[in-house]
Amino acid sequence: MAGEKRITLEIFRYNPEDGGEPFFQSYEVEYLNHWVVLDAINWIKDEIDGTIAHRWTCRMGVCGSCGMMVNGEPKLSCHSLLRDYAPGPVRVEPLQHFPVEKDLMIDKSGFMERLAEVKPYIIRDDVNDTGNGEYLQTPAQIAAYHEHSMCINCMLCYAGCPVMSLEPAFLGPAALALGQRYNLDSRDKGQAERVDAMSGDEGLWGCTFVGECSVVCPKHVDPAGAIQKGKIAAAKQWYANFIKPKGAKK
Amino acid sequence: MAETFEHDVVVVGGGGAGLRAAIAVAERNPELSVALLSKVYPMRSHTVTAEGGAAGVIKSNDDLETHCYDTVSGADWLADQDAVEILVNDAPRQLIQLEHWGCPWSRERDGSVAVRSFGGMKNQRTWYAADKSGFHMLHTLFQTTLKYPTITRYDEHYAAKLLIEDGRCGGVAALDLRTGSMRAITANSVILATGGAGYVFAFTTNGAIKTGDGMALAYRAGVPLKDMEFVQYHPTGLPGTGILITEAARGEGGIMLNRHGRRYLQDYDLGQPLEVTDPRHPQNRMMELGPRDRLSQAFHYEREKGNTFKMEEFEDVDAVHLDIRHLGEKRIDERLPFVRELCRDYQGIDPVHEPIPVRPVVHYTMGGIDTDIDGRTALPGLYAAGECACVSVNGANRLGSNSLVEILVFGERAANTATEEAGELKRPNPDALRTQAKDEAKRIQQTLLNGANANGGVRPAHVRNKLRKVMEAGCGIFRDAGTIQTACDALAELSEQAARMTLDDHGGAYNTQLINALEITGMLEVASAMAHSAHARTESRGSHQRTDYPERDDAQFLKHTLAYRQEAAAPRIDWKDVTITRWPPGERTYGR
Repeated sequence: MAGEKRITLEIFRYNPEDGGEPFFQSYEVEYLNHWVVLDAINWIKDEIDGTIAHRWTCRMGVCGSCGMMVNGEPKLSCHSLLRDYAPGPVRVEPLQHFPVEKDLMIDKSGFMERLAEVKPYIIRDDVNDTGNGEYLQTPAQIAAYHEHSMCINCMLCYAGCPVMSLEPAFLGPAALALGQRYNLDSRDKGQAERVDAMSGDEGLWGCTFVGECSVVCPKHVDPAGAIQKGKIAAAKQWYANFIKPKGAKK
Repeated sequence: MAETFEHDVVVVGGGGAGLRAAIAVAERNPELSVALLSKVYPMRSHTVTAEGGAAGVIKSNDDLETHCYDTVSGADWLADQDAVEILVNDAPRQLIQLEHWGCPWSRERDGSVAVRSFGGMKNQRTWYAADKSGFHMLHTLFQTTLKYPTITRYDEHYAAKLLIEDGRCGGVAALDLRTGSMRAITANSVILATGGAGYVFAFTTNGAIKTGDGMALAYRAGVPLKDMEFVQYHPTGLPGTGILITEAARGEGGIMLNRHGRRYLQDYDLGQPLEVTDPRHPQNRMMELGPRDRLSQAFHYEREKGNTFKMEEFEDVDAVHLDIRHLGEKRIDERLPFVRELCRDYQGIDPVHEPIPVRPVVHYTMGGIDTDIDGRTALPGLYAAGECACVSVNGANRLGSNSLVEILVFGERAANTATEEAGELKRPNPDALRTQAKDEAKRIQQTLLNGANANGGVRPAHVRNKLRKVMEAGCGIFRDAGTIQTACDALAELSEQAARMTLDDHGGAYNTQLINALEITGMLEVASAMAHSAHARTESRGSHQRTDYPERDDAQFLKHTLAYRQEAAAPRIDWKDVTITRWPPGERTYGR
C-alpha cells in the first residue's frame, strides 16, 4: 500500500461465541490522505484480521450502515476522515445504548420494531387509486416535513440521546421524527392513528429536550425539532378537547 | 439442522425492485405469505444511492412514443421493444403510486410534480426528489411494506443457493448472519431482486453489496445470463472514490470541460454547444445531455489526445471537469444539495466555487438473468426483476432515470406473475428441500470454514481485488479480443485460487468474511459470463465497444447473448432474437 501516514486504530472486540470478555485490539494502519475511518477498518479486515465484524455498504454517507463510536462520538465511519484524528490513536466502538452482537455490530432489531410502531406511511382511503394523478403538494407544504424525511436510520441519534441510556423503552429520536414526518405531510390523514404510539412517556413526552440527537445527526433531520413540534401539536389537541363543546366537529 | 420456514412467495433482495414486488404480492393476494429476504437491512440496499430521478411521461408537452424511441435508440436497438412499451406505458402510474405512498417528489409552484432533463431523453420527464431520488424511493417503499402483516422480513440473511426439486424452484437456502445457521426458506415462487454486479469492477459507484449474488444463484441453477457484456460506465464519478455525481448536474445545465477549458463533447458528434447563459441551454439529446456510453467514450478519446489532467492525490488518474458554478448557489442548494455535500465531504471542494473533477466509473449492469416480459425465468417457480434481471429494456446502454422506474414496473409485474402462478405447480417435498439446505451448509463448512487450506491458502480479499482489476483492464470502456482473452484466462486462474480461499474467521455469528468469500465465488461466475459474452460479440454496440470490430453489425448481432454456465469450463454462449415492434434499427444520432 502506497501510504503516507500511519495511525493506530483501537478496535472494540467482542465475540459472543468464545465466551470471552470484550477488549480493545490495536492495529497500525498506513493511510492515504482521503481515507476515512471505514477505509482503515476495511483494510485491516482484508489484510490483517478477517475476524472483525462491522457493517458497511455505500461508503458515501447515505445507506446508514456504518455508524459507530469514533473517539467516543457517534459517527458514520465512512464520513470521518482519518487525517482529522491524527496523530491518533482512534478508538472505535459499537454505537452505545444498543446491545452488542459482535465487535462493531449492534443489535438493530429493536429499533426496526419500534420504527413500525409509528406507522410511517401515508394513511388515507384512496392511497392506491392512481387514476386521478398525483396529490398536489406545494413546495411550502413539502418544506413543512422535508428535513424530517431525510433520516437514513443510522441510529447515531440513539447513541447520542441521554434518555436512551436511562429509559430503553423510549421510542427514540429517529422513530419519533419519522412519525412526525408523516403527521406533517399534507397528504396524510393518519395523525389520529399515530397518537397512541407517539404520545406518552415512551413517546414524545419521554424526551427531555437535551437536543443531542440533532447535534449528532449527519443528515440534519433535526429530530429534536420534530419532537418539539409534536409536543406542541399534542398539547394543542389536549386543550382543544376541553374547549370544544361535546359533539362538535373536529 | 436446517430450520425450515414455509411461505408462498420468497422475495430475495430488499432494494426497490424487491420491496415493490413484496408490496405487490401483499396487495394482490392478502392470503399469501411473503418472505422478504435480504443480506442487509432493506434501507441499506443500493437503490438508496440513486440520485437523479425516475422517468415517466407526465407533462402535456411529452408523449409515450418519444420515451419509447429515446429508450430504444439509447439502447442501440438491443432492447426488446415490447418490454420497452410496457415500461414506458406503466411508468407514470407507478410514479404516481409512489407519490401516493409518500415519496416527496420535488414540485412545481402549483403543487404538481416537477420533471427535469436527463441524458438521451428528448423531453423533460425525469421525476426527482432533489438529488436523493433513490433514497426517498427506497425509504418510501420500505416504510410502506410495514403496513402489510403478510410480509415477513428476514433481514441479514444471505441466499446461498436456490432450492430446486422436480425441475422447479421451491425456495432458497439462506445463512442467517446473526447466528451463521442455514435456513431453508421455502415457497411456491421465488423472486430474485438482488441488484447488479458493478462491484466486480475496481472503480465503481456501486456499494460493496453489489456482487451479483442473484445472477450467480440463477446461473448456477442453469438459467442463462443475458447481454452480460453490456456494462455501463457513468461519465461523472469522483476520481478517488468513484462516488457518483448525478447526471442531473448536467440535466440542470452543468457542462463538461477538458483541461483546456473546451467543451470537448462538441468534437464527438454530439452537437454544438450553446452558451450557458442561453435560455435554451441545456438542450436535450445534445452535448452534455447525450447518452452515458457516448460521453464515457469521449473521455477515453480525450485522454488519448492528452486533453485530460492528472489527479496527483489519487495515484495520477485522469480526469476532466464537470462545471456547475454558473447555476449559482441557490439553484445548486435547491436541486443538487447532495452533489454539493458529496463534493465537500469526499473531494474537498465546493462546486459552487470550483469545477468538479470527474472520470468515467462503472455504474450499472445492463445484462442479467434472462426473463420474459412477465418476469419468468427458464426455471419454473423462479422470477427476477430489477438490475439483476434482463427483460430487456436497457439493451446495449441504459438511459439515466429508466432504471428507477424499471424496478417499479417490473418489480410489480414479476410479483403479479409469481402470485398468479404460486399455486400452479406442485409444491416440492419440504424434506427434500431441507436436505438440500443442509447439504449446502455442509459444503460451506467443508470448503471454507474448516480451514483445510491453512497452508497455501489465499485471502478472500486478495482474490476479490485481483478480480476487480482484471475486469477493469480487460472489459473496460474499450475492449478487443486480446484484452478480453487476458481477462478470461485470469478469471480461470482466479477461480482456482478461489477454491483455496482461507478464512481467519471460522465462527458462526456474523462471519462477514465467510459472506464475502461466498460473494466472491459468485462474482467470479458473473465476471466470467461478462468476459465470455464480450468475447463472442464481435461488433461494437452501445456500451460494448470493440476496437477490433468498431462497427455495429445488425446482420449478425441484432441478438441477445445468452451465457450458460458449464461445469469446469467456459460458459456456452447462445443467441436470442431481439423483439422489434415499431422501431426498426436505425442510425443512432445525437446533437443533430
